[in-house]
Amino acid sequence: MTAKNKTTVKTTTCYMCACRCGINVHLQDGRLRYIEGNPDHPVNKGVLCAKGSAGIMQHYSPARLTTPLKRVGPRGSGEFEEISWEEAMEIATGKLRAVREKDPKRLAFFTGRDQSQALTGWFSAKFGTHNYAAHGGFCSVNMAAAGLYTIGGSFWEFGEPDWHKTKYFMMFGVAEDHDSNPIKKGISTIKLRKGTKYVSVNPVQSGYAAIADEWLGIRPGTDGLFIGAIIAQLLKAEKIDWDFLIRYTNSPWLVIDNPGAANNGLFARDGEGNPLCYDQKFENIKTLQVGKSKPALVGDYKLDDGTKVVPAFYYIIQEFLGEKYDTEEVSKRTGIVAFDIERIAAELAEAAFADEENLNIPWTDSYGNKHKKTVVRPVSFHAMRGIAAHKNGFETCRMLHLLQMLLGAIDRPGSFRYKPPFPRPTPPHKKMAKQAAEPNGSLSLEPLGFPAGPEDLAVDEKGEPTRLDKAFSWEYPLAIHGMMHMVLHNAWAGDPYKIDVLMMYMANMAWNSSMNVGNAVKYMTDKDPETGDYKIPYIIYSDAFYSETVPYADLILPDTTYLERWDAISMLDRPIGTAEAAADSIRQPVVEPDRNVRPFQDVVLDLGARLGLPGMVDDKGEPLYPGGYSDYLTQHERAPGVGPLSGWRGEDGLSHGKGAPNKSQLNKYIENGCFWEFELDEGEQYNRFANKAYLETATKMGWIGAPEPIVLNVYNEMLQKFHLAAEGHGENVPPEHARERIRKYFNPVPTWYPVQEQVDSNSKEYPITALTQRPPHMYHSWGGQNAWLRQITAQNYLYVNSRWAKRRNIGDLDWVWVKSPHGEVKVQAKYMDGLNEGTVWTWNAIGKRRGAWALDENSPEFKKAFLLNHVISENLRTDTGEIRSNSDPVTGQGAWFDTRVKVERAEVQKKGQTSPLLDPVKFYNKFDRPVVMNYGFKKEMPFEQEERSLGTKKKGAK
Amino acid sequence: MTCLPDKTDKKLGLLIDLNVCVGCHACAVNCKEWNTSSITGPMEDIKPYGDDPSGVWYNRIHSYEFKKEKEADRTVYFPKSCLHCDDAPCVTVCPTGASLKRSEDGIVLVNPDVCIGCKLCSWACPYGAREYDTSAGVMQKCTLCVDKIYDKNIPQERRVPSCVSTCPAGARHFGDFADPKSNVSILAAENDGRDLFSEMKTKPVNKYLPPRKRERHEDRRLTPKVSTVKDALVKWAKLDFSG
Repeated sequence: MTAKNKTTVKTTTCYMCACRCGINVHLQDGRLRYIEGNPDHPVNKGVLCAKGSAGIMQHYSPARLTTPLKRVGPRGSGEFEEISWEEAMEIATGKLRAVREKDPKRLAFFTGRDQSQALTGWFSAKFGTHNYAAHGGFCSVNMAAAGLYTIGGSFWEFGEPDWHKTKYFMMFGVAEDHDSNPIKKGISTIKLRKGTKYVSVNPVQSGYAAIADEWLGIRPGTDGLFIGAIIAQLLKAEKIDWDFLIRYTNSPWLVIDNPGAANNGLFARDGEGNPLCYDQKFENIKTLQVGKSKPALVGDYKLDDGTKVVPAFYYIIQEFLGEKYDTEEVSKRTGIVAFDIERIAAELAEAAFADEENLNIPWTDSYGNKHKKTVVRPVSFHAMRGIAAHKNGFETCRMLHLLQMLLGAIDRPGSFRYKPPFPRPTPPHKKMAKQAAEPNGSLSLEPLGFPAGPEDLAVDEKGEPTRLDKAFSWEYPLAIHGMMHMVLHNAWAGDPYKIDVLMMYMANMAWNSSMNVGNAVKYMTDKDPETGDYKIPYIIYSDAFYSETVPYADLILPDTTYLERWDAISMLDRPIGTAEAAADSIRQPVVEPDRNVRPFQDVVLDLGARLGLPGMVDDKGEPLYPGGYSDYLTQHERAPGVGPLSGWRGEDGLSHGKGAPNKSQLNKYIENGCFWEFELDEGEQYNRFANKAYLETATKMGWIGAPEPIVLNVYNEMLQKFHLAAEGHGENVPPEHARERIRKYFNPVPTWYPVQEQVDSNSKEYPITALTQRPPHMYHSWGGQNAWLRQITAQNYLYVNSRWAKRRNIGDLDWVWVKSPHGEVKVQAKYMDGLNEGTVWTWNAIGKRRGAWALDENSPEFKKAFLLNHVISENLRTDTGEIRSNSDPVTGQGAWFDTRVKVERAEVQKKGQTSPLLDPVKFYNKFDRPVVMNYGFKKEMPFEQEERSLGTKKKGAK
Repeated sequence: MTCLPDKTDKKLGLLIDLNVCVGCHACAVNCKEWNTSSITGPMEDIKPYGDDPSGVWYNRIHSYEFKKEKEADRTVYFPKSCLHCDDAPCVTVCPTGASLKRSEDGIVLVNPDVCIGCKLCSWACPYGAREYDTSAGVMQKCTLCVDKIYDKNIPQERRVPSCVSTCPAGARHFGDFADPKSNVSILAAENDGRDLFSEMKTKPVNKYLPPRKRERHEDRRLTPKVSTVKDALVKWAKLDFSG
């Protein structure tokens, strides 16, 4: 190659979705030439999906914001004045300072698909507001919460199937872009290994489900019943890993059986707080000594004081051996043939308990027992939003973890395996702020954390929510990711109070990220008739692109693209480790911004410094991180020796995990391909809930506080504490209006219940469940503007089961109305055979609002594509007239997948276009948008091999 | 018209495993970004931000559903690009010699300097694997990333077409079908590698592995040892739970 067209390659981390793959970015003449997967990277090992491969078009999108904007027209008009950064920062600082001086909680800071939550959450704490969260509340918090409170870990960043040793893999409802590359690599690994079975439980047979050995097209929202029926089958056949249960779970722990009393359902403990068991050898109640006791799992026993106690496992038997999970009954509700349920249970048992050669990996457990071998248990599971985004999602996710525990299929070779820093103690030790700070104060705890009982809730003396989104209140006690989907409504309604400033980052709340777009827009544009001001008085928004939300903000702080910034994929946030190694990574700027934009993280630190927030300024009030986020990444310490990045710490750069800040740290990351990986010894890779060597390493590295074993929760005592509170016990009891819900939904043993839409008075008129999922090649609305990706999908269809549709006289590609009690949308239907008959579905966020994203006015995204969100509501009216958030009653997860509709053929078929068509927002026209685009660098003939050039091998025409 | 070589030293091509393809479009997009800056690029995009956006793609993914008797419905994804046929009708039909098959490795290419954009080759190709570029007025197609697979600046193990190096599902393999010991020849032999439209007698080099027989559904169920809560409480009181 000649010097002129010399290509340089820089490593960084992708941000085309949430998977955080390592990429090599090829640059020529300062422009992007090619992006490929980094072969050395622990997440993607060289591969890269369609999204990541389209990064060039994202980076050069004509929808990029170019300079700070101040709204001059009415909200929604898109009338802005371009202003300088200095003016923008002065405005923002002024607004925020006024809030902080008056009442810090009147700032709500919600950050969407933010990958710097360790920074933005910390900023909120220092500012003094606990009204902070990211998008987890409307994404998959049920999965995270159920896992963390049950087994100290969950799926995705918490753990993964042992792709190389599993013999039986079941995947429940996972969108096709989720954990994108690792899942695809994993399932293909399984498919290429003979004798390994992959079962997909998903109403839709597309993507991952398409290549499953067996597809079970389950009815949405009934997965818990299906799992429960499998559990019942395994119990009845005694296909249970009893040894695992008595050693590593709380199955043998004695529970006080004293109905009506304040201690009913709590664990009986000895004087030192240790759990008790009934020892079958001594025929007596003793302190449980793992490996030495011979604990009972059934039976009634009495403590010395006469209190009746039973092993926790008794309640599992009670729940699962009744009629509720009888396969015939379950079959009726799930749509899965009874015989298939029984067969799947048998296949699971056979795979789990086949005579596997255990591995010659000796290990010592936390209780001092030495194990010569590591037991192999080759059945594994994965699940995500498909089971989580329901109002029974928390319980369903817990039930899946119970199934894993009963099979002993947790962190064994061949099973689900944790990714460090997980597992973590249950309940997790990190507590969150219960209320906002006083004027000009800061929070000592961060806004998000993990309640360990009713005493930890964020409620006032009347038991009412202190947070704007009502997370951690008696209504949604374990809303550990917050409830972003309630923020606009609550701020508009002043319920529980009004706010002054709403600051958002990377969240398209005026469009696809809100249930019910019409209402979302109303909440942002309604004015208070008394004052004439907007009900949500001031909105600051940061994004890189002109999304549907931009026109509704008062101040726009334009962000860079992911290739123009520093970032950390931090162990303090959502790390990227694998089962074998801890890992974190960075983004480095591979190109300089060509616009007047700044990375939002720099802006946050700058705002903090201007406000004089503790931790962001020194004694003299000077900025502590004058170089911005890159300074912070290397110099900030969250605790002594613990910073955003774990690798190459210490002044000499030789410490890992903990160590003093290292000024050369980022260079070390860049030299290593922008990631750090800390491999665990083989003996530390399994049974980590009780693996002495691992837990000591984890403590030394700062991942957990102490090398204590993490007992897996077959029975969840903390949930029982909430249940007791609802019965009026203890100092912290729910207000009357919340009691029944807490009593109903907080139970120590996982259960299944139908969600409102499956049983209420609307359920017969609206019999069809309507689902969305993201296509494998797009990430929310960000992907849909991409010049290459929109050539793949610029219109979404409503997929309908062909047989079902034919019976209703709905033809392929007919226009139909999708109607719910909350709204209606006109869409084009498309036949699909591999689809549950009671379900329709579509790709999410293909439909866009006219004027947004710098797309031409006749774009299919505006006129033919649609958002299903129009028929979903963030609030539901129950048959008794109550208004409830459309969220899981335990975690507050947005229940997108409970949406029920009816589908009717539209009378007007010609010139079909979608409805509703919201008024256009002002068109955005900052960049040339060529009619014909020829992006690229013309390459000379192939390199040094002159003889291979095109011309020399040409044959002449005859 | 243009001659084909009597024989090629190598038969470089792709083996595409439909048994594991999840239809994610990674191959198509990574192909696009590599090749828009390749010897045959740029690959135009028409109305990239307008109605009916379209463009030149060397690789496109189709999806189908089918049902066999006694089997459940299946969804199958089918990535399609030039098959680099031994008897390539797109070459023999070419009036200028622009469309050519290389004797050393069998790669079918279009020389843009000689192509007159007559489109005869796209009519001749039974697979629809040719892509006309209106900007340049020439035909384009898959080059097997000829400027990547021989580039000595690239580490040896990455010298494969971009669709292969990027495929997350491991559904794409690259190699020499003339060598019976090559990875692709062995995979094709072991897994019923098929020619696409063999009746067209184009002798495609690329092979497809069809969706394979799935892990069997055994007729089996567990034998209950207890069936009620009461049973369990009695029987399990006597069990020894230690492993």
